[in-house]
Amino acid sequence: MRKCLYKDIHKIFARVAEKMPLYIPAKTGDEKAEYKKWSEGDELFEGLNTVKSPKDLFFPQSEDLVRFKTEGKNIEITDVREDKGPFAVFGVRACDAKSFEVLDRVFLTEPRDSYYASRRENATVVTLACSRPSETCFCKTFGIDAGEPGGDVSAWIAGDDIVFSANTEKGSAFLDIIGELTEECSCDAVDREKEKIAVIMERLPLSDLTTDGFGGGKTEDLFNRAEWAELSEACLGCGTCTFVCPTCQCYDIKDFKSGNGVVRYRCWDSCMYSEFTKMAHGNNRLTQKERFRQRFMHKLVYYPENNDGLYSCVGCGRCLKSCPVSMNIVKVMKKLGGKKND
Amino acid sequence: MQKITEKHLAEKAKDLLSQGKVSAVLGWRRGEFDYDVTPALFTDADEIENGLVYNCFCGANLSKYLVSKIRAVEGRMLVFLKPCDTYSINQLFTEHRVDREKVYIVGIPCNGMADITKIRNAVGEGITGVSGDECLRVETLYSDEPAELCLADVMSERCVNCKSKKHVAYDELLGDEGEVLDSHRFDEVERIERMSPDERFAFWQRELSRCIRCNACRDACPACTCEVCVFNNPASGVESKAPVNEFEEKMFHIIRAFHVAGRCTDCGECSRVCPQNIPLHLLNRKLIKDMNECYGEYQAGEAVGGVSPLTDYTAEDGEPGDLIRRRDTDA
Ligand code: SF4
Ligand code: SF4
Ligand code: SF4
Ligand code: SF4
Repeated sequence: MRKCLYKDIHKIFARVAEKMPLYIPAKTGDEKAEYKKWSEGDELFEGLNTVKSPKDLFFPQSEDLVRFKTEGKNIEITDVREDKGPFAVFGVRACDAKSFEVLDRVFLTEPRDSYYASRRENATVVTLACSRPSETCFCKTFGIDAGEPGGDVSAWIAGDDIVFSANTEKGSAFLDIIGELTEECSCDAVDREKEKIAVIMERLPLSDLTTDGFGGGKTEDLFNRAEWAELSEACLGCGTCTFVCPTCQCYDIKDFKSGNGVVRYRCWDSCMYSEFTKMAHGNNRLTQKERFRQRFMHKLVYYPENNDGLYSCVGCGRCLKSCPVSMNIVKVMKKLGGKKND
Repeated sequence: MQKITEKHLAEKAKDLLSQGKVSAVLGWRRGEFDYDVTPALFTDADEIENGLVYNCFCGANLSKYLVSKIRAVEGRMLVFLKPCDTYSINQLFTEHRVDREKVYIVGIPCNGMADITKIRNAVGEGITGVSGDECLRVETLYSDEPAELCLADVMSERCVNCKSKKHVAYDELLGDEGEVLDSHRFDEVERIERMSPDERFAFWQRELSRCIRCNACRDACPACTCEVCVFNNPASGVESKAPVNEFEEKMFHIIRAFHVAGRCTDCGECSRVCPQNIPLHLLNRKLIKDMNECYGEYQAGEAVGGVSPLTDYTAEDGEPGDLIRRRDTDA
């Protein structure tokens, strides 16, 4: 393990940025934060979660895939992907680090998504343990340990220090980059920090939330439950929850006629939208109730069913904070959990 | 002055339900925390007793829900409306989006709504309880003593410049009637007008570049009542799910502001719901201010019916160009 003074963190950023682009959660306007490419003067956001998750770095909200241009009878096809090359992202919380695993299972299984894959391979993920979780955090429900955040390097703020520990080869390479700025240290301070975090996790208001009643095989129990009507009645169908969610992975592919050929791009889509996966016969989810149900059934039943029990919610609490009508997965779980269909 | 609390709202709702005057009640339902209140439809007394809430987090304007919810209900629907919400419902009546006969409006007083983001900025993460009205006691996980905050200091931006405490539509009122206020709501618009074009461009660039195009602003807006927005309609040719580039992003918001011009009551829902805290209401206010200056003072939703500045013509109407020239000579 290696440490340096936390107040010197910008020196670490500067050193890393000499070697490769570095992304950190930085303050935007009005106390909100987003992942952005670090440059001198940018300050690390001291709060907990960014509005949007770091999934943008691997699966951007919209990206160009390919360009077509016709000239006479010829068609020219250009791969317009932007190759970022190696980059690092610092300050990823345990929940978001887990969300990469959820996304990997979607994008890295055959047929492998080469756009996503190259960014994952190029990235060094440096995580940060959560000393002050929010009341909206419920990562523990999904077996995630906020004190053991994972990624290529785990970091903890312990007293005046920030302590780094490499988990992978990429992580060791990262520690080499910052080697001169850090010194070797023992685990004691980190162990104490982990204990503190464990105590806080127990005190969080959502610490008793469980996944009882959800998981693979529960479709029949849950699909026709009457409570969906009440749960979904206030939903505006805005899709904010899906856009801020680190694990939501649906996208649409569209063509943009640019006057200079056609650009094929993909952009995030949302099951909360009326035109989502609309086909010739229309949309098979006719009302907001069905759309709303889809989002939660996917996270809590269908995804774990197809992915060895892994849930596709990581308990980051973003949807709790961003939904304009304060409807969210926790309310769904509390209402439907642990009961049988009658 | 009698202080109106959620108990009074619950009594009123149960009363009207049991008398058969209304068959459903549109209000706000208690959440997991004190601040995560959700709009909800109630049909029975027990639910109302346990679930109905009215506190400083009931910002959500319920009037737009009537457009869709009222169809599902036989008979009249009771809706609780704060003063600013009543302007929205009048506008919906004017546009024939909601049938006046099917609604029973109970006007409720409002001291201003709190913004949980501002509270969070003041006390930090881990908010476990918020109570009180003028003075808020905020309990957190990380301090033994609750923090005391003045509502005025953590008030929602739109409430800081509340335009009116008067209900412009109701069947009955709980509490005393308020007055139209001298809100200073155009001060911020004037500040932006005084900027140089470059500064102004930079201001909006900074704000709008944060937009994630979630469309919450549009979906919450009581003036945006198309059931399928042109931007969600694949057949429209302009369907757009992604922020394509910064230029288009600005256009989206400016077009939307124009689209609701003359109909926007300045209720502030757009800015309240924006996950990125973009001050969208300033775009609408700018248009309101310009219309006032060009065509005379007008407040959308103040009354039902009538003509609005952009649907009416008189020979005295000013020209937008004159307005700009006048401002330039003044400056
Ligand atoms: S649950 Fe909330 S954030 Fe999600 S679509 Fe519905 S209103 Fe929007
Ligand atoms: S569903 Fe909500 S809490 Fe779960 S991962 Fe998505 S945003 Fe986070
Ligand atoms: S959900 Fe857990 S890992 Fe994520 S920010 Fe909260 S405490 Fe940290
Ligand atoms: S609510 Fe905010 S982030 Fe969402 S589309 Fe509107 S301006 Fe953009």
